[in-house]
Amino acid sequence: MSEITPAEWTAILLSLRVAVIATLVATPFGIALAWLLARHDFWGKSVLDAFVHLPLVLPPVVTGYLLLLLLGRRGLIGAWLADHLGIVFAFRWTGAALACGVMSFPLLVRPIRLSIEAIDRSLEQAASTLGAAPWKVSATVTLPLALPGILAGMVLGFAKAIGEFGATITFVSNIAGETQVISSAIYSLIQTPDGDAAAMRLVIISIVIATAALIASEWFARRATQRLHGN
Amino acid sequence: MLRVDVSKKLGEFALEAAFTSEGRVTGLFGASGAGKTSLVGMIAGLLRPDRGVIALDDEVLDDTEKGVHVPPHRRRIGYVFQDARLFPHMNVAQNLDYGRRMNGLDADAAQHKRVTDLLDIGHLLDRRPGKLSGGERQRVALGRALLSKPRLLLLDEPLGSLDEGRKVEILPYLVRLRDEANVPMVYVSHDAAEMRQLATQIVMLRGGRVTALGGAKVLAG
Repeated sequence: MSEITPAEWTAILLSLRVAVIATLVATPFGIALAWLLARHDFWGKSVLDAFVHLPLVLPPVVTGYLLLLLLGRRGLIGAWLADHLGIVFAFRWTGAALACGVMSFPLLVRPIRLSIEAIDRSLEQAASTLGAAPWKVSATVTLPLALPGILAGMVLGFAKAIGEFGATITFVSNIAGETQVISSAIYSLIQTPDGDAAAMRLVIISIVIATAALIASEWFARRATQRLHGN
Repeated sequence: MLRVDVSKKLGEFALEAAFTSEGRVTGLFGASGAGKTSLVGMIAGLLRPDRGVIALDDEVLDDTEKGVHVPPHRRRIGYVFQDARLFPHMNVAQNLDYGRRMNGLDADAAQHKRVTDLLDIGHLLDRRPGKLSGGERQRVALGRALLSKPRLLLLDEPLGSLDEGRKVEILPYLVRLRDEANVPMVYVSHDAAEMRQLATQIVMLRGGRVTALGGAKVLAG
């Protein structure tokens, strides 16, 4: 099998950039939401929970189309963002990152939520009797104990983001150098005569990245268990 | 001086307790289910009474009529739980230092040494809680509470999760603590022998009510 071409490198690097940005931006929101779902009971909680999981069960093309309706150049929010803040998502790599962030969000939130739910709340009580105000309890006890879950969620979200295809291609199309990520590059290549070898190289790279992410996620989950048992 | 006059409904169970204590070690004595832990939880501020007053020296910590409730982190009341509750992600040294950090107190090497010597935990500082025996864990929990410089120390069956051999091992530390640490304590137990050894004043609880109050002789009755 021959060398990776510059065009393929472009797609690989763009995929990595899109997935990294999507994960980093989504994480604080993911933690906040996981916290809300793990720790609070409120009216409409099950609806919110279902809403967060929607991208997991909706056809990705539907999610992409909804993004286009909302955030496209003439979309409800997109038009306002473009006119007032000059922010455009449609057909830009930032739009690809947004689509990936939305699609990977349920996978990001779940491990964080589980790890927060697993924390022994009596430890937080102990911290408060030692003089820690509620925000300090969160910063010194809850978040550190949830950290392996947060990292596991980030790894899973990243793996999902890097493999995202349907919502991305629907929302931002398949423009080489701007929105063509690994998956859309593979899609283009297998429709091109003689594209098989190049497609195969990208397929292998996808498999390597996804496998590494799953192994990393497993490792973090194991660390989480050890941490909670105090070893 | 600790003044407690509270009532609280917990499901079917109604707690209604009033006592004033000046002793160095106030023993809260009663069978399990008598309401001891709930009462201690209220003194710590972890539970709010439905009605009543809790005051330590001349500071009112709870007064339901005036809507006063000082949150636990501002009470400066140490709490040693039956299950130690050490922070699993910190080693022993970090656990011991936690209260000082959270209260923004200056490092006090002399007190640190006094407490680690008193409890014999100086050789454990680098260990994680998961690598400690039950007795060691309880001693570290005692040290952690003491080093936050509390005005009152609550000990909720600190020997409860230990087997007989371990109890005998810890009890002398508690006696030393009483005689040397200079912090008033509330000691919760259902064990009359522990009470006789440690308490200077006893509050007997039964079914959520105070049934007797006084010196060690109330244990006889």
